[in-house]
Amino acid sequence: MAIKKFITGNFTDEAVLFPAVKKVRRAGYKIHEVFTPFPIHGLDKAMGLRDTSLHTAGFIYGITGTATAVGFITWALTIDWQLNFGGKPFFSLPAWIPITFELTVLFASVGMVLTFCYLCQMAPFVKKDHFNLRSTDDLFVIALECTDKTNESEVMIFLQSIGAKEVQVQYKETGWWLGRYDKDRKRFEKKTETVH
Amino acid sequence: MALLRYESQVRPALVEGDKEYHQVTEDICRPVEAKPGKLWWIGFLISVAVLAFGILSVTMEVIYGTGQWNLNKTVGWGWDITNFVWWIGIGHAGTLISAILLLFRQGWRTGVNRAAEAMTIFAVMCAGQFPIWHMGRVWVAFFTLPYPNTRGPLWVNFNSPLLWDIFAISTYFTVSVLFWYTGLLPDLATLRDRAKRKWRKMFYGVAAFGWTGSTKHWQRHEALALVLAGLSTPLVLSVHTIVSFDFATSVVPGWHTTIFPPYFVAGAIFSGFAMVQTLLVVTRKVLGLEEYITIEHIDVMNKIIVLTGSIVGIAYLTELFMAWYSYAPYEWFAFRQNRINLFSPYGWAYWIMMFCNVVSPQVFWIRKMRRNLMITFFMSILINIGMWFERFVIIVTSVYRDYLPSAWSTYYRPTIWEVGFYMGTFGLFFTCFFLFAKFFPVIALAEIKHILKRSGGNYKKKMDEIEHERTEEFAEQHGHDHGA
Repeated sequence: MAIKKFITGNFTDEAVLFPAVKKVRRAGYKIHEVFTPFPIHGLDKAMGLRDTSLHTAGFIYGITGTATAVGFITWALTIDWQLNFGGKPFFSLPAWIPITFELTVLFASVGMVLTFCYLCQMAPFVKKDHFNLRSTDDLFVIALECTDKTNESEVMIFLQSIGAKEVQVQYKETGWWLGRYDKDRKRFEKKTETVH
Repeated sequence: MALLRYESQVRPALVEGDKEYHQVTEDICRPVEAKPGKLWWIGFLISVAVLAFGILSVTMEVIYGTGQWNLNKTVGWGWDITNFVWWIGIGHAGTLISAILLLFRQGWRTGVNRAAEAMTIFAVMCAGQFPIWHMGRVWVAFFTLPYPNTRGPLWVNFNSPLLWDIFAISTYFTVSVLFWYTGLLPDLATLRDRAKRKWRKMFYGVAAFGWTGSTKHWQRHEALALVLAGLSTPLVLSVHTIVSFDFATSVVPGWHTTIFPPYFVAGAIFSGFAMVQTLLVVTRKVLGLEEYITIEHIDVMNKIIVLTGSIVGIAYLTELFMAWYSYAPYEWFAFRQNRINLFSPYGWAYWIMMFCNVVSPQVFWIRKMRRNLMITFFMSILINIGMWFERFVIIVTSVYRDYLPSAWSTYYRPTIWEVGFYMGTFGLFFTCFFLFAKFFPVIALAEIKHILKRSGGNYKKKMDEIEHERTEEFAEQHGHDHGA
């Protein structure tokens, strides 16, 4: 990952932000990301993001759990060590439904949460650059990435014209690194080593 | 306004007062960022002291064995499993609020879901203690897990409801924690970004997992929440169903009943909502969150209490009717002699249960009572006592008179260590809850902001202005014209 140059526009109202996102896209600017303090339904569609496939992943984890439970119990009770419980058949599927169900739910939930953390690049001690600290409070921030061809002042005027209360140029790291939020040292600041 | 979604004026505001997004953040973060008050310290220290007594009680039991408890030949479960079922039932309300009401798109859940989910987790933690320490030799508790062992390998009995319980409760705990914590991530990020002090930046920085609130994050977060809610809904029903199987699959009179699964689930939600009321009536006052956990929330939950309480009442009567109608002599004896007979040794327990769970919640048919905080608090305690007695009645009165009258003489009463263990779980529960209320936002910040422009008091007023016409007038004129 690298440091890139961004132009950010801060909005105070999602009712202004929503049409603004559409206008930015219609004008042909590339949106890096929009940061909001709470989910805004339909914003992902407006930004042109594709649907998340987390559901599909969850389904696959779920049937993995089902298969694991049925497969393992079948093997344990009919092949590995047959036990006679009150003369009932060794393969007594109805009695296994509860555990099968629980493992389905367990696999699907744990798998989905881990996948979610992986896709969002989230974990303890993961640190990312902020565009605006108030974007988790009451600000809605659109970040546009600058290229060599970008005319900064034009973009800034455009953002203001569509309702941004504040416009800034910021240099930000786009990826994540391991760090703590009480320490300011950045990933890209290399320690100088003295060679003797 | 494009996103100002209209909500009927018939629905009361869920956030009272003149709130904007920043004010919501301030209000909900204030208790977390301020120093704990005197009340907090008193409550916390009492909880820790009670927890310490619980630890002593459990230690006694571990050293000297389950003989420290007054369990006898026919009453093998006694207080211990009564408490287990009681706590696990309490947990159910949290999942109901967070998962089932999410699927039903109930906006009012946002004010109470975070605290209720936390309550679920702590209640399940408390519940889990009882079967574990009941094993006596807890150092071999891992025998309950199916792992390759040197005894064959001899596998656990997958056909046994007791094993289903282990899977159900551990899954329930895991999923509840995941659901709760993923919901907390955005709010922890808010606290992190507001933090001024070093340890706060570090603590919330680590806890928030690097959440940024980007649209991609929110999109996946919403998808995750929806699927987890969809998974938790059958899960929560399965957990208490499986707990009821512990009884229902046996052939003991009083336990051998097909009505148990729905009856237990309704009872669980009933007692769980009572515990939510107990906690929230106090929490909203102490933390000054009356504008977020409003009388409306209390009212709605009391409606659920009267509904589930009545379902439980019908279940009691059905069970009683079936005992008589089935003409099974042992079943009918268990009910007639051991339960409804007030002068039998445990007759009093049955009637306490009947009064607290069936008779007393009926006051909530009256609107004034549902909206009275003192009545609500008192009733919530009464219901929890009643629900404890329900489990006690099921567990003790079904077995204390065995088939042979020579086994009838022993009257089961708990020892100090049995009571101490139960008290100790209260200590654990409230210690956890006090820590939660201090270090985490007790109300889901992002979710309140999400509904603010629809259900916030000041926005609802504006909707009225936009509409130019009072809802009541409109309804009067056009209520019955069927679109003509």
